[in-house]
Amino acid sequence: MAEQHELNTQISLPLSKAVEISFNSVKIRFGRSLITVSGIVLAIAFLMSIWAGNAIIDGLMAASDPKINLILQQKGVEIDPDSAAAIQQRSKDAWLVVLSLLVCLVGIANAMLMSVTERFREIGTMKCMGALDGFIIKLFILESTFMGAAGTVIGVVVGFLLTALLNMSSFGTVIFDHLPMVQILQDGVKAIVIGSFLSLIGGILPAYRAAKMEPVDAMSLEV
Amino acid sequence: MAAEEKTETNAEAEEATVVRTQDVKKVYIMGEEQIHALKGVDLEVTQGEYLSIMGPSGSGKSTLFNMVGGLDKPTEGKVYIDDVDVAQLDAYELAWLRCRKIGYIFQSYNLIPVMTALENVTLPMVFAGLTSDEARDKGVDLLTQVGLGERVMHKPFELSGGQQQRVAVARAFANDPAIILADEPTGNLDLNTGREIIELLRQMNEESGVTVISATHDHKMLSVSDRVVWVRDGRVDRIIDRDELKIEVGTIDGHE
Repeated sequence: MAEQHELNTQISLPLSKAVEISFNSVKIRFGRSLITVSGIVLAIAFLMSIWAGNAIIDGLMAASDPKINLILQQKGVEIDPDSAAAIQQRSKDAWLVVLSLLVCLVGIANAMLMSVTERFREIGTMKCMGALDGFIIKLFILESTFMGAAGTVIGVVVGFLLTALLNMSSFGTVIFDHLPMVQILQDGVKAIVIGSFLSLIGGILPAYRAAKMEPVDAMSLEV
Repeated sequence: MAAEEKTETNAEAEEATVVRTQDVKKVYIMGEEQIHALKGVDLEVTQGEYLSIMGPSGSGKSTLFNMVGGLDKPTEGKVYIDDVDVAQLDAYELAWLRCRKIGYIFQSYNLIPVMTALENVTLPMVFAGLTSDEARDKGVDLLTQVGLGERVMHKPFELSGGQQQRVAVARAFANDPAIILADEPTGNLDLNTGREIIELLRQMNEESGVTVISATHDHKMLSVSDRVVWVRDGRVDRIIDRDELKIEVGTIDGHE
């Protein structure tokens, strides 16, 4: 009777527990996690600084104040958005952004692969205790998402602050009068989505690799 | 004495077979070479028994041990755990079996380093679907049983080797398994700590009637085993019962 009951209960890993476990393993490897996170921070900060920089300039131009326009021209900013130089600048920015995001993706995937290799034994042990492939995938994806989320949020803030500082030094505090807050917030949200998505992608392959291991193989590897 | 009582009650209850292997063969392919790790092993393990598998390295001992524990599948032949053919199980059923029916103890303890002793012990219970409260209470009970009631919140690196292995023993018992599989459980421990772990295992075996199967080099294990299976060159060389053992051990080991 009890046996029957047991048979019906499928083994499970509640999400709250999975979150707790993966959060702790990020926390305990704080130094290493920090390096991974800083990679994401840099990439997202770069992305954000380009977006925020454009937004700030757009804001200044939209003001169509002759005094500001004069400073803009002095700083070599192309006022006419349809001019060849402006278009070229935009495509160059786009390239830089794509490259920095690619570097970020590779960084996360690499960090997660290392994290998997380092923990073969742990994964094997969990499988011996009845963990399904899905549990392992869940744990590793959560882990990379945590790092990704932390990294992108910090990156967005850092990127914006640096750009604001930089622009303030060249244009003065006037930029804060014409700051397109809505645009910048939208960019921030976009950057957070992109960053989290990248960390998810970067985490999937290593997680899958970890989950597919047979416990015997995982345990017999001396790492 | 206690052991004699136990064998009696066991005989009364049932002589159920927990694990049965039928002409199990295992071939590993290494490049062009075929390595026959097991060359046809028949073995029956009865419920409540304390069985040791002994043999030199390379004898197929570990392979046999992994088969019996559902960690590896035979190339030929069948392994039955609780009358279920392991080869027929899908991934979910296999995970269920590992979670509920088998408790594993490893040579290098294999505790999860980021978790406290209690979290390590309760992890299999979480997999088995216990609520956090139930798992915590049971985990504390188990840790108290193995003599670590005061150290439930310690991380593995804050514990000695013997203490870590005790946590591992408690974890193995987490879901009241039918079988405990111990792979060289004393391999990383000094003489006395090793003896303590063996005694602990024997005591839990007597109290809960769980079947203990251990692969070992350790002659201290012999004195507590009901049966010892010697594996040599991929076959069962000989099986020695407890009564015969006593005499042999008496001459080898001065402590008994």
